[in-house]
Amino acid sequence: MNRVVVVGASAGGLAAAEALRRQGFDGEITLIGDERLAPYDRPPLSKQILDHRWQADQVALRSQADLDALKLDLRLGVAAVGLDQGRRSVELADGTGVPYDALVIATGVRPRRTSLAGADDAAGVHVLRTLDDALGLRARLRPGRRLVVVGAGFVGTEVAAVAHTMGVDVTVVEPVPVPLAHAVGRKVGLFLTQLHADRGVDLRTGTTVEEILTDAGEVTGVKLADATIVPADDVLLAVGSVPNTEWLAGSGLTIDDGLVCDEFSAAAPRVYGVGDVARWHNPLFGTAMRIEHRTNAAEQGMAVAYNLLHPDSPRPFAPVPYFWTDQYELKIQCYGYLRGHEECAVVEGDLDEGRFVAAYRTGDRLTAALAVGMPPKTVRSWRSVVAARTEWSAVTGVHAAR
Amino acid sequence: MKITVDEPKCVSGGQCVLAAPEVFDQRDEDGVVILLNDAPEASLHEQVREAAAICPAAAITLQES
Repeated sequence: MNRVVVVGASAGGLAAAEALRRQGFDGEITLIGDERLAPYDRPPLSKQILDHRWQADQVALRSQADLDALKLDLRLGVAAVGLDQGRRSVELADGTGVPYDALVIATGVRPRRTSLAGADDAAGVHVLRTLDDALGLRARLRPGRRLVVVGAGFVGTEVAAVAHTMGVDVTVVEPVPVPLAHAVGRKVGLFLTQLHADRGVDLRTGTTVEEILTDAGEVTGVKLADATIVPADDVLLAVGSVPNTEWLAGSGLTIDDGLVCDEFSAAAPRVYGVGDVARWHNPLFGTAMRIEHRTNAAEQGMAVAYNLLHPDSPRPFAPVPYFWTDQYELKIQCYGYLRGHEECAVVEGDLDEGRFVAAYRTGDRLTAALAVGMPPKTVRSWRSVVAARTEWSAVTGVHAAR
Repeated sequence: MKITVDEPKCVSGGQCVLAAPEVFDQRDEDGVVILLNDAPEASLHEQVREAAAICPAAAITLQES
């Protein structure tokens, strides 16, 4: 095997390329990215970039010297538009074909666009995924300006917190009654919602934006389902994301809300999925999952590099997912898999004091632990409790023994 | 091998401590990385490379000698 092609030049694709080199692969690695920028990090976009703590160039994932040392055939600013598995070739938007012996697919996700009237071309309508998105939004956030955030997920609430701290007048519109409840449960959802309410963010829950109002191509506000008008200078659409799999249509690979992969992150022989785009079977939890977390992209990139180089002795990719979010001065960290949880219990600390660990049950197992304001040793220790597939009934015992 | 950490970049995820507990720790108050040993022995190098690779903030830089 001489040629590995990695499609997607963000954290996951870069991690795969780096791990291939670290594990001794000295063949050709082509790294293809549709953005013109060298690999950069996305979590700071809604944090340090938005609030001006960082300059744009600080999001670079690696120095130019480190990138050079990888000896990559780096193709930036060109999207992959097709895959021919028979000829083992990736077709690029510029018409060139890139042949491969093994392929890593790490094309990520893009923001979901709503079908809102007025949403597409008005100045002041934003999404947040790329550095350009973040710089465009940042340029418009100033004290006294009015921002409506559509969607109170993690991106929406992070931006709301940052913008509010910058002196922007922030309204968040969210259709469900308790924001984030589907992700972190009602109790923790209410806690996070209260953080914003306490600081004066205007939360409109249980309602939807029906229309983005514009005047001469500029946003002037949004109209809610009950016909209330919220005036605004800017609107951020933060209503989830969509995996970038369209370019794989007709390739023979299975697409089902992401690229479907097995427990080795393989989508087909010598074809692997990495990061936000990959829906793989995680044997630790016994379920297929697609994880849009920064650390998963790196871990899966490394795991795929190993399996690609050891096709006869692949290792299952069985991580405990990890994510964090910054909301005002609080850092929320979570180990595990929250989706579909059936019960949530505070097992350490106190929710009212803003210092706690919440444990999550799916079936008879602990499947996740979410920590706010706890010491790092405590947070890390819960990772191993989740990794051990601890029975739920033992979780209080874990707490008592500490 | 020479390790440097960029503290302002650190996001307190603790992934480095999980990967290389003899080389990295975290401050109790805010979880920011503590570098226990900036020139670890060869037997720890692979762990350290893994820690640098999975750091979600790209805050760990290695100079391989």
